[in-house]
Amino acid sequence: MSRFKQASWDEPLLFELSDSDPMIHKEYKDEVSKYIPRKFVRDKLNLPNLSEPQVVRHFIRLSQMNYSVDLGIYPLGSCTMKYNPKICDYIVSDSFLESLHPDQPPETLQGLLSILYELSDFLKKITGMDYFTLQPAAGAHGEYTGVSIIKKYHEVRGNNQRDEIIVPDSAHGTNPASAKMAGFKVIEIPSDEDGLVDIKALSEALGENTAGMMLTNPNTLGLFERNILIISKTVHEAGGLMYYDGANLNAIAGVARPGDMGFDIVHLNLHKSFGTPHGGGGPGAGPIGVKSFLKSFLPVPIIEYNDDKYVFNWDLENSIGKVHGYYGNIAVLLRAYCYILLNGGSGIKTNTRLSVLNSNYLMSRLRSLRGLSIPYNPNVFRKHEFVISLEPLKQDTGVTALDVAKRLLDYGVHAPTIYFPLIVKEAFMIEPTETVSKKDLDQYSEVLQKIIKEAYTSPDKVKGAPYDTKIRRIDEAYGSRPKTMAPTYRYILKRTEK
Amino acid sequence: MILTSHTDKDIKNMLSLIGASSLDELFSDIPKEIFLREELNIPRLDEKTLYYTFKNKLSENKYFNPEDIYLGGGIWPIYVPSVVKVIVSRTEFLTSYTPYQPEISQGILQALYEYQSLMAELLDMDVVNSSMYDWSTAAAEALLMSSRVTKKKTILIPKDLPFNRSKVLKTYLWGAGLKYIEYSMDQKGNIDDSILNESSCMDCAGIYVEYPNSYGYLFDGLERISDDIHRLGGLFIMGVDPVSMTILKPPSYYDADIVVGEGQPLGNPSFFGGPLLGVFAVKDDMKLVRGMPGRIIGLTKSIYDERAFTMILQTREQHIRRERATSNICSNEALAAVSSAVYLSLMGKAGLLSLAKKLLILSHNLYKRMISLGFNSLYDKPFYREFALKIDDPYPTDKIISYLVEKNILFGKKVNKGHVISVNEFHSEEAFSRLTSLIKEVVNNV
Repeated sequence: MSRFKQASWDEPLLFELSDSDPMIHKEYKDEVSKYIPRKFVRDKLNLPNLSEPQVVRHFIRLSQMNYSVDLGIYPLGSCTMKYNPKICDYIVSDSFLESLHPDQPPETLQGLLSILYELSDFLKKITGMDYFTLQPAAGAHGEYTGVSIIKKYHEVRGNNQRDEIIVPDSAHGTNPASAKMAGFKVIEIPSDEDGLVDIKALSEALGENTAGMMLTNPNTLGLFERNILIISKTVHEAGGLMYYDGANLNAIAGVARPGDMGFDIVHLNLHKSFGTPHGGGGPGAGPIGVKSFLKSFLPVPIIEYNDDKYVFNWDLENSIGKVHGYYGNIAVLLRAYCYILLNGGSGIKTNTRLSVLNSNYLMSRLRSLRGLSIPYNPNVFRKHEFVISLEPLKQDTGVTALDVAKRLLDYGVHAPTIYFPLIVKEAFMIEPTETVSKKDLDQYSEVLQKIIKEAYTSPDKVKGAPYDTKIRRIDEAYGSRPKTMAPTYRYILKRTEK
Repeated sequence: MILTSHTDKDIKNMLSLIGASSLDELFSDIPKEIFLREELNIPRLDEKTLYYTFKNKLSENKYFNPEDIYLGGGIWPIYVPSVVKVIVSRTEFLTSYTPYQPEISQGILQALYEYQSLMAELLDMDVVNSSMYDWSTAAAEALLMSSRVTKKKTILIPKDLPFNRSKVLKTYLWGAGLKYIEYSMDQKGNIDDSILNESSCMDCAGIYVEYPNSYGYLFDGLERISDDIHRLGGLFIMGVDPVSMTILKPPSYYDADIVVGEGQPLGNPSFFGGPLLGVFAVKDDMKLVRGMPGRIIGLTKSIYDERAFTMILQTREQHIRRERATSNICSNEALAAVSSAVYLSLMGKAGLLSLAKKLLILSHNLYKRMISLGFNSLYDKPFYREFALKIDDPYPTDKIISYLVEKNILFGKKVNKGHVISVNEFHSEEAFSRLTSLIKEVVNNV
């Protein structure tokens, strides 16, 4: 097992690199005041003055202290951190493309609109939905758009009392948060003993206030909701709509389609399933697909093809309005378009099968390890991700999931998602994706095995991790306490001045 | 191009350990009636074919030189320095996830912290989050936040917003079940008398004001509006173009509680409107800080007292607080924020001041040319980089705009009662001369 040591520069803040005088000179203000009255003119501006090499070295040093999927396995569950093909970045780095202004008339954008239209077509085929909007800028943004459509749908039908959205207790946190933002009450239902939607609990939760249900399939335990057709039917019969959270699409793309499962609205995370880089937190893209009866509810405009040209249709009778200032994260959408064509129908299916293979293989390698358990029906195949519980390890040694996650970093691999889903104690949620090799997985399981062994022999060693990253274990609470909180440099300055 | 590395032997061995006879067996819990038997009908292209297919399609667009673009209103043509491109192409930033493991992600955390710190100085606000999707959604979330913080349900928004931003605000307000009143402002900067007072505004959570306003002008009276809304227990929310903040009195001068804006012109290409960079800032008041949406990076320390950065105040966020979170936002526009941090540090104070002055002077020179052609300004007010001509006064606006499109010029945009003209850093007196002579051609023909 190779030894890892992350780069560690003692890199100051930009403000600490530069002596700056915040005053704006009188001559400058005088000149500006020829155009705008003095009372509008600013007096002070505290920004650093640095040379180009100073700036470049600063940020390159920072980049060296950052783990990324191009460096190795990044198995965050439900995040689908797969390798991002370089051609997709390269192709969109085009100075002409970059310079397009969103208020440019659509007649002059036939090339771009044809690509976006074709992308929608691909997404329709992949999901089995009828219409798409590419406007939402992220998965949660797509959820918000989707639940807004549910709200409007019931409003238009005079069913304003339908103000409840049902989510399973294993749902992603964005689901209840999005429903709440659109004004819904959130009804959480428990999972059954197999980790699936409890049909009885669902039936009891349904009623005349039900607006819809948000569900990801497979769910966050990596389990396929095998009763999905019954679930959809039950929700529909109660007058609700079915919403598909597409965060886990990488488990089924090319194998099954949410549109065939009875879902009415689907969001996709193009930065997950379709391999666009995540940029340290964004940008992403969260297109929404709907069945045709919901087309008129989509945010405006949608792209249509009429009389041999691509146009924006701003006229949708029941449209919820607009959720983004323009048309969405175009640069991300174009990368996803490239990704889809690079893989084709056959590649998408292969990727899905291999992602599921990888996940089940890693789970199988880990299942016999001391200190961990596999909650919810360990003998059922998982899909693209699986969840293990380190509760036994904690009971035995006092070493927690957090400790093990930190220790993993010392081996130059990223930790899984931890403490999620909330229904599993000391959860490790692992999604390897298809782009890691068998060797990577063998190594990952060996590292985990070694750490667990270490937890039994020298628990303090694991509790002290990490050792070989830029910094040792972070005190998370310190940064959030009002007395020590410093969300910007000016807080640091204020405290030093005192 | 092979994106996976499994050999047939690997697959066989892996399946054997799993105890499955085939890959299909791993999907045996999917009901038969929904299991896809056929591959999706999507072609597969090799890299070279993909590259040329894509480029060919793009060649069907018409591209305008940035010096011939007079559009703005939230997105402005800018020159992105090569340094910015080099830094944000660093694969360590580009292909990393949200820094959930801070010890191994200090690079992106510090870069985002630099962004927050630089933006805080530019706006003269205390706390900046690490990004929202764009100006429109940042403004929408600010309105929602004002209601959460004040427990009031009515929001005042300007009648004269650009159509797209206005539509986003109204969509979010409808979703959250909030009421809104659209106000207008007179020449003196007074808003409708009947609104900002005890009898009609006891339920006002906040007022949203754009500065400069959506036609580009500066109005007196913002101090008074701020005082009034504060007296009524609401928040003062400002929407700004951050580049203008180099020259203009910052929002803190008007005692703004929340400031939102579009960070695109600070280092991000216009890219047909996305990705953008929603700026979101509040003043140093824990009630406001705790009520903010979005991720915030903060300074912290390791348990060995090393300086470190991490995501702070996460208990506001959806992954912890679920339906009680301040927002549902998860993925944001982090990389665009890094671009802005690089851009701001590269430009520095001197570079920004000089850019802002250049835009100011260019816009006034263009304004003079427009007036001498016979156009009329919508307001007799100071402006910074945008101004608006009265519609169809004296010349037919649409006709001029479409004539100029034919001549490869994008001559501004109609926004409600004004035709907004915006300058950018590519403009020059030569570009203006070309524009004015073409306008003369068209007005002589009507």
